Amino acid sequence: MRDDAAELTLGPVWFNWKPADWRDFYFRIADEAPVSTVYLGEVICSKRAPLFEPHYEAVTERLRAANKKVVFSTLAEVMLKHDRQMVDSVCTADDVPVEANDASALFYLQGRPHHVGPFMNLYNEETFAVLAQRGAQNFCLPAELPAPAIRALCEATQALDATIEVQVFGRLSLALSARCYHARAHGRTKDSCQFVCENDPDGLELRTLDGSPFLIVNGIQTLSQDYLNLIGELPELGALGVSRFRLSPHTCDMVRVASSFRAVLDRHITAEEGTDQLEALNLSAPFSNGFYHGKPGYSWIASVAR
Amino acid sequence: MAGEIGSGANGYLRPELVCPAGTPAALRTAVDAGADAVYCGFQNETNARNFPGLNFTLAELEAAVGHAHARKAKVLLAINTFPPAGRFNLWREAIDAAARIGVDAVIVADMGVANYAARTFPELRLHLSVQAGASSPEAIRFYCQEFGVKRVVLPRMLTVGEIAAIHQQIPCEIEAFVFGNIGMMAEGRCSLTNYATGISTNMDGVCSPAADVHYEEDAERNLTTRLGRFVIDRFTRGENAGYPTICKGRYRCDARTGAYYAFEEPVSLNLSALLPDLMRAGVTALKIEGRQRSRAYVQAVVSAFRRAVDDILANREPALAELVALTEGRRETEGAFRSKAWR
Amino acid sequence: MPAPTEVNFASEFAARLVDGPRRLLISIPLAFMQPVLDRVATHVAKSRPEMFARLGPHAGKRFLIDPIDLPFVFILVPTAAKPCLSAYRRDEYPQHDAGIAGTFLDLYDMISGTADGDALFFTRDLRVCGDTEAVVALRNALDDFGNSAADTVLSAFGPLSGPAALAISALRAVRGNRRHGR
Repeated sequence: MRDDAAELTLGPVWFNWKPADWRDFYFRIADEAPVSTVYLGEVICSKRAPLFEPHYEAVTERLRAANKKVVFSTLAEVMLKHDRQMVDSVCTADDVPVEANDASALFYLQGRPHHVGPFMNLYNEETFAVLAQRGAQNFCLPAELPAPAIRALCEATQALDATIEVQVFGRLSLALSARCYHARAHGRTKDSCQFVCENDPDGLELRTLDGSPFLIVNGIQTLSQDYLNLIGELPELGALGVSRFRLSPHTCDMVRVASSFRAVLDRHITAEEGTDQLEALNLSAPFSNGFYHGKPGYSWIASVAR
Repeated sequence: MAGEIGSGANGYLRPELVCPAGTPAALRTAVDAGADAVYCGFQNETNARNFPGLNFTLAELEAAVGHAHARKAKVLLAINTFPPAGRFNLWREAIDAAARIGVDAVIVADMGVANYAARTFPELRLHLSVQAGASSPEAIRFYCQEFGVKRVVLPRMLTVGEIAAIHQQIPCEIEAFVFGNIGMMAEGRCSLTNYATGISTNMDGVCSPAADVHYEEDAERNLTTRLGRFVIDRFTRGENAGYPTICKGRYRCDARTGAYYAFEEPVSLNLSALLPDLMRAGVTALKIEGRQRSRAYVQAVVSAFRRAVDDILANREPALAELVALTEGRRETEGAFRSKAWR
Repeated sequence: MPAPTEVNFASEFAARLVDGPRRLLISIPLAFMQPVLDRVATHVAKSRPEMFARLGPHAGKRFLIDPIDLPFVFILVPTAAKPCLSAYRRDEYPQHDAGIAGTFLDLYDMISGTADGDALFFTRDLRVCGDTEAVVALRNALDDFGNSAADTVLSAFGPLSGPAALAISALRAVRGNRRHGR
């Protein structure tokens, strides 16, 4: 495992946090979290984007002052005029690295170094070759890719001079829609939503008819109820050739989460000890790692490292 | 814009009616019922309707192309799933076979697959599958520039007005869905089935695989449907049922007092009333969903839409009332196409 | 009741149509049906061997075909080498991997390609139990029979195929009147 090359990154906040909380979260990340790259930007809903705009400059400065690289993530679903303007303005600004989350961003980024995000369908080496040739330098894989496909991608990427990033913590993004399910739950539509998603900073829980927690709704996004946790798989992921490990933000103590992952990457603690630390967070939902093991995404396979 | 295949006296473009064929028999049925083009797939993960007992062998596809071409109908081959790394060969072989057999176009979604087809068989016509989820002019132009895509199948999330606007801004033809089962999630970007079952819609070509579908009917004929271990819906005696598809299930949440369809009700898309608008919006091809449905469905839907399109071209009032019997839950919707309030 | 000859059966079949399918078929002894069912199975195997390829891993499974308005059920084991179709009394409830239940005519129309199985399922006219994947595979394989599926079954009746076809269209007329009379 190439420990020294292993980087911990923080993905964009997917939820509609109160702008001041959002700003303070990133200030604390800048000051305390052992992450090397922070992805910023509203990737779920273009209506929310203006809420955070007043704080972008301060947050970016604070993160950069702490030696963290800032990358702007583009919208995952681009359809409306407003969505398109957002992608245009992010992709054509020349002072920030960009992570593309849909093909319209790729359209603008041709020939410029950029990242490709987990909302893109990055499934195989042929797709990587096409995108690397256009300027892609880092690929964050879709959450549903199993270990054998990750292995094959890592092998193919060695020839491309690009890095591979994998989400290792946080609820899994499972689907996007044109319809806002937060608005629907409250009897509203996307246009009349009144930002009702702000009430659920980790998403709104859907339960099946027999009462089992199942999915999480966040605007147009549907997520897993459980939290992905690949801390036990870190050594194996590193051995496969994955060099960047992404944490997806939640309201739990993300500094503690980052510290546990960093400690396992640095072999200061074992994966088992890392798992115990994450369990001590007492999250409202169980952990899962099924996708990585080729099983239903919700499942939890006791790690080989344990 | 290319692909105009004649027009009515009243200025409507004559659209291509693109119809589903899950089996050779369904393909012959669709052609006989008036399809201008049929779309189908191989018996493996290379297409998004990889269901048991469905689809075509190489020999069957070859015979089907001969049959369709003799009757002036086109055959479009769906190779519209996403090959996971290490398994690309199966998709490469499918493209090779499509070129060898001489299908009229290949419907692709994956950039790697599109790139392979474009570089290896420059003469092979490429259509961009709805699974690619290209929902903006820039995204569509990306695929046109990179892979020479000639037609885009638009996601089912746009209004007719938005379709007309996109038509003005892209260099390729538009194919739009007019009838059939609609999922609520952005196509090609949904892992819900994999989350519940371990089978991936994108990589394995199945949404709600039958092997994980369970129907339980109690003595009172209340029907519970499950996908894997999750209850998706429950229907009382006599209530019309639907497939256990996660995005059409009933759930509970704290914002609601009772169970509700959190994503969408079990309805089917039926745009027959919007046909004249779509035909004016610059849509080249009208697509009917349903490769997993029977010949009886293909016969009924294709012939009804054939009559409706011909009626509109001839300035007659189209009649489409009988189609509702074939829709899921026997209810239909115009989805996003009529108004953005749907969102 | 004495075992009827084939000719007697045909005339009795036609004579009892007015009473509807249930009363007509209640009186058929299973022993008489079995040779006809054997002929159906052999005939299908010979004329459409590709159907078994379509069934894939589900070819050896036991399918319960349950015409709910008749006093008996069928078990279909569609193996390429020796497909098998047998009748059982309803109360025997034979062991099976998957089951499809509906009225005789709905099942017949689905096989003959004039009714859509999904539509029948949505309206609760068709019930499915057990191995859903096997049922889907069988439905799709039968659907690819083209218009010959029902003909194949009918022609297996040999000299009786004419009267059998007549009987089915008469049954359909009875159902049509009932449905419209609701």
